[in-house]
Amino acid sequence: MKYQVVIGLEVHVQLLTNTKIFCGCSTRFGAEPNSQTCPVCLGLPGALPVLNKKVVEYAIRAGLATSCSIAPRSIFARKNYFYPDLPKGYQISQYELPICVDGRLDIEVDGETKRIGITRIHMEEDAGKLVHLETMEAGEKSYVDLNRACTPLLEVVSEPDMRSADEAVAYLKKLHQIVTYLGICDGNMEEGSFRCDANVSLMPVGAEEFGTRAELKNINSFRFVKQAIEYEIERQAEILDEGGKVVQETRLFDPATGTTRSMRGKEEAHDYRYFPDPDLVPLVVSGDWIEEVRSSLPELPDAKRQRYQAELGLPEYDAEVLAASRDIADYFDACVALYPQAKPVSNWVMGEVLRALKEDNREFADCPVTPRLLAEMLKLVESGTISGKIAKTVFDEMYKTGKEPAKIVEEKGLVQVSDTGAIEKIIDEVLTANPDNVEQYRGGKEKLFGFFVGQVMKASKGKANPALVNEILLNKLKG
Amino acid sequence: MELHELTIHELHEKLKNREISSVEATKAFLARIDAVEDQVKSFITVTAAEALKNAEAADKRIAAGDMDVLTGIPLALKDIFLTEGILTTCASRILSGFVPPYDATATARLKARGMVLLGKLNQDEFAMGSSTETSWFGKTRNPWNLDCIPGGSSGGSAAAIAAQQAVATLGTDTGGSIRQPASHCGCVGLKPTYGRVSRYGVIAFASSLDQVGPLTRDVTDSAIMLGAVAGYDPKDSTSVDTPVPDYLQALTGDLKGLRIGLPREYFIEGLDPDVKKAMDEAIATYRALGAEFVEMSLPHTDYAIAVYYLIATAEASSNLARYDGVRFGHRNQDARGLLDMYMVSRDEGFGAEVKRRIMLGTYALSSGYYDAYYLKAQKARTLIMQDFITAFESVDVILTPVAPTPAFRLGEKADDPLQMYLSDIFTIPVNLAGTCGISVPAGLSSDGLPVGLQLIGKHFGEETILRAAHAFEQATEWHKKKANI
Repeated sequence: MKYQVVIGLEVHVQLLTNTKIFCGCSTRFGAEPNSQTCPVCLGLPGALPVLNKKVVEYAIRAGLATSCSIAPRSIFARKNYFYPDLPKGYQISQYELPICVDGRLDIEVDGETKRIGITRIHMEEDAGKLVHLETMEAGEKSYVDLNRACTPLLEVVSEPDMRSADEAVAYLKKLHQIVTYLGICDGNMEEGSFRCDANVSLMPVGAEEFGTRAELKNINSFRFVKQAIEYEIERQAEILDEGGKVVQETRLFDPATGTTRSMRGKEEAHDYRYFPDPDLVPLVVSGDWIEEVRSSLPELPDAKRQRYQAELGLPEYDAEVLAASRDIADYFDACVALYPQAKPVSNWVMGEVLRALKEDNREFADCPVTPRLLAEMLKLVESGTISGKIAKTVFDEMYKTGKEPAKIVEEKGLVQVSDTGAIEKIIDEVLTANPDNVEQYRGGKEKLFGFFVGQVMKASKGKANPALVNEILLNKLKG
Repeated sequence: MELHELTIHELHEKLKNREISSVEATKAFLARIDAVEDQVKSFITVTAAEALKNAEAADKRIAAGDMDVLTGIPLALKDIFLTEGILTTCASRILSGFVPPYDATATARLKARGMVLLGKLNQDEFAMGSSTETSWFGKTRNPWNLDCIPGGSSGGSAAAIAAQQAVATLGTDTGGSIRQPASHCGCVGLKPTYGRVSRYGVIAFASSLDQVGPLTRDVTDSAIMLGAVAGYDPKDSTSVDTPVPDYLQALTGDLKGLRIGLPREYFIEGLDPDVKKAMDEAIATYRALGAEFVEMSLPHTDYAIAVYYLIATAEASSNLARYDGVRFGHRNQDARGLLDMYMVSRDEGFGAEVKRRIMLGTYALSSGYYDAYYLKAQKARTLIMQDFITAFESVDVILTPVAPTPAFRLGEKADDPLQMYLSDIFTIPVNLAGTCGISVPAGLSSDGLPVGLQLIGKHFGEETILRAAHAFEQATEWHKKKANI
């Protein structure tokens, strides 16, 4: 393509605080309409905002995790516009002096690392929600639900540093991973807890000045981000190919068709008349507070991945999978702390644990096999009490019942048989029962060895120590 | 003396000594309201039933020995204070029918002390005005001369004192809205330091300037009322967490060595002769009381009105956005579509002065004009504040007139906004600086209208201005003059 794509993203991150940003109302999703409201979030006359300190702490966390500078003094501003879901007629946001500036994220696309600048992160309140209903009696009506009004958001604004839809998706995934790791956002894109607007423009390759951009809205999945941007690139390229000019506008993404359509042009753009909110005093963040937050930050995905490889000696693939989400990493870390053999733990977590949770549609936090139970079980394998094969049976039972592995082994009589006498006895019986096969084996058909092992294990109900079985069986067959 | 002529401290004594009950006092005030309200029109809502209930409760408290200085005292509030379950309109059609579900902090604090609420007082619509002529519910008249305005925007709060319809009232002051009507109606009006009294539940006009304060018959009552409503409120981020002194303790009568500043920018040529005379006499009185006078300057005074009408209107344009016809009072029912509903409802719901200020403020904040207007005004505001801070390094109190003239006639300035705006020229700088000021009766004009004197204090200097105002009051008879109604 003869055009250079330029993309910048604005991401809204809904914060996981218990209460709203400027009042004490609950932020729980899905409650009865308008049941989680008070004079402040209803914008009643005379009501005044009071800043939730937790929101500031979360903003600092996000800022530190993306290498931002935290402003010692920042200002809340009013963004003025009329809409029925905005009870005060203005949104309290930050404008000229946001809490975090000058950050960055490193992303990887096609094996190459690229640094994406973060211009700013600021705090703001969300608006309410409009519900449009049509009933026989009332006709068409619009209802206002202000439960979401005043819910805390961070807006993370990137530099226009991305050059393809893939880079945009990689950036978005990275940011998503970080905010969920930090525990400040649930990351639920369908419910709108993590949503993204994309600014897309094209310029001739080698040009210095950016082209006119379109702002894409309503993109609520990683897949749609890619779709929307790619559609938009094509659309703009077509216009430019025909000698036309791209219009600066806001475009709405339609997931049904994978296309974007114009929502409002530059002329219709609002003049938000931002000015410092006189109801809130300047926010002062001390160096001590920043350091306190810094010391409480969890290990972030990049650092974790590196540690898994460098210190635990895990392969790159394992490190990648285990560090991908905070849930899985926490589970893995907890298990390794009790059973410090990273590779077997990794195998089990990436294998049986993930499989079982997926089948069940459960979260790591709800896994009946806790990291401690898994560690106990792995110790039983290591000590030879059970075989790796029996371990799978034990795991399934633990998953079903949450019982201690030792108890399961005892109750079900799953202790591995390592008594050579007992094993010899079983082997003798198997050999006696299959004289034809013994003859064929001795006549050179050595692949029958597996058949004998299988018969012995079956006869021992899987409890025979496989290494001993192999050794004794080989000797007997030779004999 | 009639019951309705008493001050808080006088009525308190009678209640305490069981000479009368709160119910009796309340009935006396309700009767007085009945007698004079048609002429004065101080009230938007009279809450007679509520008042009697409050009075009965107060009498029980008194009988139980659980008595505060405000227990059982009949008070009234400007209709800008939210009162749970009681109509609160801010004198605007757009809030006609708005019954708030919660109390303002000031309302709640007075309730906690056992006040009797007589009703809600008239004012300029959204506190925008200096004459109480812009109310949707009609004009309030000056009890001293019914053809004159009572001042504004807390005109109802001042007129109710002058007409003896309440013992004391609360008003709000954004550019002089307590002090100017107090001056015009011959009562004491105090605008505390910004942050001294919570703004929670007070309908906002200009958030960085609005401040709650009392209008009373004398300075002692002013000290009592301030003490009752002042203090940090976690619900108002701009309220200041500094201890509330016992303001009554400050009324020592001792002014020896008090340094009073006379800013030359406030004593200009062409000052109304009645006002000038009152100021000259006041200066002589203070001299006799042992105060020293210092000639001084507040050099940026000239910019105050321009700065005020940029900042106050900018904040108002945003504060009033919530009155969009979607909720609260007025909504036009015939409007087609959302935009139409907004526009028609707001056009019908707001009066001309409010619309004028919304437009001014919207303009001042608009993209491309923000730097030239709003931002520049903020910088000038800082200079004005600095003027006062510097001045208070060498003086304790600044003495000025409250208003350039006594009360003017109804309608006289109603069609000339600029003339109207100029009537707040001496009070506005105090709001911009965020300091405190008090208006005390200091004379009568040749037409028999009250003239007030303003004492300005430094930030949180309420004790000093109350002390100076009290000593003046003790030395003069002006506060005892009564409107003939």
